[in-house]
Amino acid sequence: MSRLQVVSGKGGTGKTTVAAALALALATEGKRTLLVEVEGRQGIAQHFETEALPYEERKIAVAPGGGEVYALAIDPELALLDYLQMFYKLGSAGRALKKLGAIDFATTIAPGLRDVLLTGKACEAVRRKERSGRFAYDYVVMDAPPTGRITRFLNVNDEVAGLAKIGPIHNQAQAVMRVLKSPETAVHLVTLLEEMPVQETVDGIAELRSARLPVGRIIVNMVRPEVLDETDLELVRTVPRSTVARSLSSAGLGGARRGGHAERLVDPLLTQAEEYAERYTLEHEQRAVLTELGLPLHELPLFAEGMDLAGLYELARELREQGVS
Amino acid sequence: MSRSDPAHTHDPARPHLAPARLLDIDPLLEDPKTRIVVCCGSGGVGKTTTAAALGLRAAERGRKVVVLTIDPARRLAQSMGIDSLDNTPRRVKGIDDSAGGELHAMMLDMKRTFDEIVEAHADGERAAAILGNPFYQSLSAGFAGTQEYMAMEKLGQLRARDEWDLIVVDTPPSRSALDFLDAPKRLGSFLDGRLIRLLTAPAKLGGRAGMKFLNVGMSMMTGTLGKLLGGQLLKDVQTFVSAMDTTFGGFRTRADATYKLLQAPGTAFLVVAAPERDALREAAYFVERLAAEDMPLAGLVLNRVHGSGADRLSAERALAAAENLEEPRIVDQEGGKARLRNSPDAPDSSDSPTSGTPAEAPAAAPEGGSPTEDAEHAEGTEHTADAANTEDPERSVDQLTAGLLRLHADRMQLLSREQRTRDRFTALHPEVAVTEVAALPGDVHDLAGLRDIGDRLAADERELPDPADQPEPPEASA
Repeated sequence: MSRLQVVSGKGGTGKTTVAAALALALATEGKRTLLVEVEGRQGIAQHFETEALPYEERKIAVAPGGGEVYALAIDPELALLDYLQMFYKLGSAGRALKKLGAIDFATTIAPGLRDVLLTGKACEAVRRKERSGRFAYDYVVMDAPPTGRITRFLNVNDEVAGLAKIGPIHNQAQAVMRVLKSPETAVHLVTLLEEMPVQETVDGIAELRSARLPVGRIIVNMVRPEVLDETDLELVRTVPRSTVARSLSSAGLGGARRGGHAERLVDPLLTQAEEYAERYTLEHEQRAVLTELGLPLHELPLFAEGMDLAGLYELARELREQGVS
Repeated sequence: MSRSDPAHTHDPARPHLAPARLLDIDPLLEDPKTRIVVCCGSGGVGKTTTAAALGLRAAERGRKVVVLTIDPARRLAQSMGIDSLDNTPRRVKGIDDSAGGELHAMMLDMKRTFDEIVEAHADGERAAAILGNPFYQSLSAGFAGTQEYMAMEKLGQLRARDEWDLIVVDTPPSRSALDFLDAPKRLGSFLDGRLIRLLTAPAKLGGRAGMKFLNVGMSMMTGTLGKLLGGQLLKDVQTFVSAMDTTFGGFRTRADATYKLLQAPGTAFLVVAAPERDALREAAYFVERLAAEDMPLAGLVLNRVHGSGADRLSAERALAAAENLEEPRIVDQEGGKARLRNSPDAPDSSDSPTSGTPAEAPAAAPEGGSPTEDAEHAEGTEHTADAANTEDPERSVDQLTAGLLRLHADRMQLLSREQRTRDRFTALHPEVAVTEVAALPGDVHDLAGLRDIGDRLAADERELPDPADQPEPPEASA
């Protein structure tokens, strides 16, 4: 199993939720995972119902069976100073750079340098070992940028290695690419059973593949329960209104006669069923498109009441049962 | 502001909240003083579709409109004829131009936009030098913020051309949805910054008395950068920066001009959201941010709001009735046999759990199988079908009805959830006018679909079937 698990997905598909659940799922049986946030939204802190995360690895959850989840919200500016410190032992010079605006420049303006630092930090966590020789983290899960940007984000080091043809940045960039393009890494895409996210997933996979980045799984999030099945939907088209009215009436919902309360419910209820049928068909089409991609496909249920910490554990259990960890 | 109809606010099942203020889209679109509409909001809330629908609606009401989209879904782009990236507005065919309006649309190509700025501001040789610089090529193709800046730049250009009387802008899918406001300032301040001067004119600085200290910092820095980046890249950066510096002398001025354009009275911001917790949290943040920046907010577009024609029937009653239908019909039939007969088939199909493998669900309805036959089939396998046959159609209808009621219960629960999130937003920001767009079952990818969205944007709950028209059923809860 890949030790760096990158989770991407179109905006609004719940990729942060899935990343958090995956980190929990992978932390079973005493394993230790690190959940990395790179977009500075503090989404992880919200999901785990803790205060905002600092730029430091800290334990945020305990998984069933004694595993641990650590989290890190990467701040590019601090990551750069960190990096300079690590390689050049720059104490005051780092601060001087900051005064001059060089850090600002490097992290917001310089092409991709920000992304270099973010991916670099994650890869460093993947490779880090304790004194005992054991890996510091069994798995690193990254809540990555959305599908539209993921290939460029992960591939940035290639570009940097091309720009800086020699020197430490060049070497560092190549080291990161070696991790990202190896089976040590898997890029998962989160989607919904809707046309646009599915299209973006299909495009994203093609891009990842052409950049020779390892594609992992497709995770369909927020799948709604099936309330009416194929037979019911067939019946919706043919059923006489009066029999539905009688049925409603027998369930205690008023009169089945014309104008009776039960009778007046029939049309709106059938309309809702037609809307459901339309969505049902669309969802089946989208599922077929995803199935065709030939990747492991997982489905996670919608939590109608909204996601909370308990829901996160529920999703983690679901992922484990589906063999994701 | 007005006090809303108490009958509406007090009904817990009522799907459509009557907010403190309703956002009336049409006067906004029709007002010739409205020159720019900016749609912003977090990703996945239908921002691009909203922008396109607003553009179409304004055009069909007689205005000459251009829609600037950033990253439209492919089929939507195709339907508007802008799927080729040539960075210039194209006229959209197939709209109703009887009111004399026109619709143009374009998709932003940030690299092209950047290249065009360079070409417009530098002489041929210098432009070629910049365009060929590897640092520039990487920068223009998309570092964090380029897209935001280029969107604003393009907006400025379109406005300056003055060929359209309304520009509708979709904002980039930024991680925070706010970056586009910062981008011009950020790029502007960088290009005017100390760093760039140090990089471009070290000799000048070093020569001045009293700048010794800075000079030490400076050489330490170029040394560090050189070590980090490698000498060749540093040289590329320096070449790029000096070329940019002379070319974009007025960068900050331009950035400021775009920023002011956004604050001008002819601009209207629309915050787009869906009635979900995260999207509305982001929307609230956006509203506050726009206020802090003195940007004119016209209101909130709430997409994908659900309603129900049967909203007098509460979720609880619908569920109870569904259970009633799914229970053995002791009343109608002779006791024990009916119980036995009904136990296996009734609850299963309508109550399947979420976690199954839906991919395995049958792709097509059973060929020619009438509901009666299906029911018989299912039943015949396990039970003596003696007295049951005549009852089957009735049973399937009950089963279907139970399904319809469960579906309705889900819908009502969704409605009250949506209402709660909306109420929270309205409580925080009662000053924000809201328009709601009823949810569609599928995606929109043609002009008819956009027109439909436009109608929904302009309508509010007043056009939905109003349950108040119907006599109050005795069973309905107060």
